[in-house]
Amino acid sequence: MKNLFLQLLLFATLMSSTFAGSGGDILRATFTADSLEYQANFDERAIYWDTYGYIGYDINKLYFYSEGEKPHRESANSENQLLYSRAIAPFWDVQIGVGLDRANEKYKSWAVIALAGLAPYFFETRAALLVGGNGNIGLRIDLEYEALLTQKLILTPKVSSEAYTKNEPRMGYGAGLSNLTIGARLRYEIKREFAPYVGIEWSKNFGNTRKYSPFNELYLVGGVRFWF
Amino acid sequence: MNHLSRRDFLKGVAASGLVLSSINVHAKSYGVIERKETTELSGNVFHLTINKTLVNVTGSPSIATTVNGMLQGPTLRWREGDMVTIHVTNYLDEPSSIHWHGIILPYQMDGVPGISFDGIAPGETFTYTFKVQQSGTFWYHSHSGFQEQTGVYGAIVIEPKEKEPFTYDREYVVLLSDYSDEKPATIYRKLKIASDYYNFNQRTVGDFFAEVKEKGFWEAWQARKMWNQMRMSDRDLSDVTGYTYTFLMNGHSPSKPFQALYRAGERVRLRFINAAAMTFFDVRIPGLKMRVVAADGNNVQPVEVDEIRLGVAETYDVIVEPKNSQAYAIFAQAMDRSGYALGNLTTNPNIYAKVPKLDQPQPLTMADMGMGMHMADMKKMPMKHNKYALKKPVPITQLPMRWGVGTTMRAKNPQYRLDDPGVGLRNNGRRVLTYADLRSLRSTKDDKYPDREIILHLTGNMERYMWSINGIPYHEADPIRFRYGERVRITYINDTMMNHPMHLHGLWSDLETGDENHLVRKHTIISQPGSKISFRVTVDAKGAWAYHCHLLYHMKDMFRKVVVT
Repeated sequence: MKNLFLQLLLFATLMSSTFAGSGGDILRATFTADSLEYQANFDERAIYWDTYGYIGYDINKLYFYSEGEKPHRESANSENQLLYSRAIAPFWDVQIGVGLDRANEKYKSWAVIALAGLAPYFFETRAALLVGGNGNIGLRIDLEYEALLTQKLILTPKVSSEAYTKNEPRMGYGAGLSNLTIGARLRYEIKREFAPYVGIEWSKNFGNTRKYSPFNELYLVGGVRFWF
Repeated sequence: MNHLSRRDFLKGVAASGLVLSSINVHAKSYGVIERKETTELSGNVFHLTINKTLVNVTGSPSIATTVNGMLQGPTLRWREGDMVTIHVTNYLDEPSSIHWHGIILPYQMDGVPGISFDGIAPGETFTYTFKVQQSGTFWYHSHSGFQEQTGVYGAIVIEPKEKEPFTYDREYVVLLSDYSDEKPATIYRKLKIASDYYNFNQRTVGDFFAEVKEKGFWEAWQARKMWNQMRMSDRDLSDVTGYTYTFLMNGHSPSKPFQALYRAGERVRLRFINAAAMTFFDVRIPGLKMRVVAADGNNVQPVEVDEIRLGVAETYDVIVEPKNSQAYAIFAQAMDRSGYALGNLTTNPNIYAKVPKLDQPQPLTMADMGMGMHMADMKKMPMKHNKYALKKPVPITQLPMRWGVGTTMRAKNPQYRLDDPGVGLRNNGRRVLTYADLRSLRSTKDDKYPDREIILHLTGNMERYMWSINGIPYHEADPIRFRYGERVRITYINDTMMNHPMHLHGLWSDLETGDENHLVRKHTIISQPGSKISFRVTVDAKGAWAYHCHLLYHMKDMFRKVVVT
């Protein structure tokens, strides 16, 4: 862990000197908790987070993503990625790096290539292709839209889905479409950087994934979105 | 993380810190001084100091950077023909500079660090000395870092050698600026992370339904389609707004307006200067016509208007004749209508004028996206009679161009829009000054015809908050080269949704406003979104000059060095 941290620091340092911008292209580092929430219905309760952060310049950045949940009385599951991100088009970044999933107290690492950006009609989009050592290939897609009800009251519908080519019962992935999650969150930006929200979400596992983990729930969410 | 010892952590941080050079060690600090009332200095020798200064503009104290402790700095009154000597001492703990905006002088005196000189190091004094060869209303400001945002600016008034072609009984400098308690670096970082951070006039779902109700679903959808596909906002008027800014008139916030006293029957000359970092102001004095007599310090054929837009760094001189002994509001709305600067033109300082309401902001149009569709097209004006085209074309010198990550928009059909008052002022029922109204007082009939033309695309990516010229930011660009003695025509094509006030140092910009015989002489030219505009430059000063957008947070990248040999 210590070595990894120092290596990261070294990488960040190298990156900032190698790809250093000049003039108006300043080094910036930022962290966003897009969601940090409590999810509940009559049957289930969980804490869920969806966060990312980066350090870098206009074109070159180092990104991390962490998304996960800790169901009540169970251990936490998460999907984490660390990537080099490069702007390739006005609205699009290509990201290459590594992923580490944690499920059922087991770990799986991936090589990751992703496309992230703003699609026409203002859809915040991210599609990540994951390649595992065992030849399993995964696809994770997130689509989000921000609808301003007022300047501070913002409704965010969101769709996420995952698919894999192989069964991995140990991690709970099944071949084919694995999960679809559709939700909407309504936040109030007290400041741009801080917004409490409430929302509703439906999530369902499909195919073999459903066999390993038969999840099909509609639940309410409440939490805060913040960044700095 | 829990296995990492504190010492290792610190080692890592120190290592990265060295390379990032984020550690700044200052040998000395010059402390913070108290704010003083702005005064006028005149003569030929001036002593200016740049200090950190404690101010309270918004109701809470903050540290400004000022000239002689004044926010705004002292007004400098010069005389045309004089040699002036200005000693500027920097008491900040970072380099500083003063640039004399619009003043014709040797390039070493122009005050741009890295181009004219090395800047003024902390504790050092730089002596500017040059002959004043012009008259009118100008201004000065720091050209270092973001110091212009934090207060290093002031007015310059130059008395002419010859009698002016107009008379007045009294005059006031009316300098407009924008002040924030946020550090400029904080503002800039926020824009880089979320470029719409300060925009609280964005499209809402309700706006769409209102349009559906008005035009029907299909029409409303079609109207939104282009914007949505291009991922651009028609509400993107100002990057930084009244959310963080307090708009000042001569250093006064609207809560304690600037007082301009007059006696009944007097003609009052107002010297408007936009010294803001990021704010365009639309100025009017309800109840009074303003007779515009000079633009950017140069006399123009008088024109009576109700309202004037001042792009950042522009100046206009107007004469008003208040007939009754009453109070008038000098009302300067920010272009995005997020606030205003205020003055009180009155015979009695206890009588305050009624303050008008802010106008509703107007959205940008397809014309602002460079899709043509301008009034001129509507009127079916035959293109061959376009009065803005050159009578006899001149060779175009091709410059490097890069379309890529840094460019989101390309004006497909940019039009000359000299008679367009600009977004927010269109069809507002008032007589608004446009560039087409400006005709220089002197004849330009015998001016040299342009030898060649260059085309500069003003480019950017609002989403990523990147700005450039021809898609290339300053630090990756070659200088623009001019030959001494030539006359160059410069055409801007604005491939962004923003107004850019473009400022060429050291050389006059003779703006083509439709009358070949009366090109108006300016130092700063607004390029409207999606538009085209042309001006001519007589290259009569050797050296290296700065050339840039005067919006402070665009400037570092939307910048070129001009080399005249």
